[in-house]
Amino acid sequence: MCNQAVSLVAAELERRGIATVAIQLLRDVAERVRPPRALFVPFRHGYPLDLPSNPARQHAVIEAALRLLEDSDLRPPALVDLELPGS
Amino acid sequence: MGEIAEFSLAVRTYLRAYRWRKIDPVPWAPLDKPLSDCRLALVSSAGFVTPDQAPFDDSVRGGDASFRSIPSDFPVDELIDTHRSDSFDHEGMVRDPNLAFPIDRVRELVESRRIGSVAGEHISFMGSITAPRRLVRDSAPEIAHRLREGGVDVALLVPV
Repeated sequence: MCNQAVSLVAAELERRGIATVAIQLLRDVAERVRPPRALFVPFRHGYPLDLPSNPARQHAVIEAALRLLEDSDLRPPALVDLELPGS
Repeated sequence: MGEIAEFSLAVRTYLRAYRWRKIDPVPWAPLDKPLSDCRLALVSSAGFVTPDQAPFDDSVRGGDASFRSIPSDFPVDELIDTHRSDSFDHEGMVRDPNLAFPIDRVRELVESRRIGSVAGEHISFMGSITAPRRLVRDSAPEIAHRLREGGVDVALLVPV
């Protein structure tokens, strides 16, 4: 339900002109709900940035999300898989 | 890997029959300036509150659609997990709230000039919302209004 909830909020933010990127933990839910711009991460629930107390790993996930904001080739709904070394 | 198979049989059965809300049409706000000139806000569904805020309420039918404003300079270690779901492991985000509410990481992105600035407030809510009508009708527009008033250009949304 968290995945749907953040997607619905993201949609409203986009309607008001705020560019969003939503992390998603369930790919099939993201495909159904269709958040505007989403990064699918292969992590278990409760661990959206992968590892606690690991700033480098958390930064790597956030950086991948930020790159989606900068990708002018993306079109809505954009759902991109996270690709990290060691994932 | 986040999979529905992680959940209990009761939750899996519920989810199989659940009618997910389809966003249609899908809105789109393209980024119109460099991230280094943008103000970023976090929106997390991890159910964190500050010690002086009311916890989220899992007795609300259909889910608690309220939200809390978390001041940007609030110490992340003092956030309290009030997400009531037992469908995920809370241990990681209790140990390090940055895992689901990465305030420290956002500050570091400002320091490194990857993003321009951090919003004055971030948004926290509890994502276990099975009937999202109030979220869509009331909370989401109010969140959008607040962030726009705060000069926010981009938002990172983090579920758990």
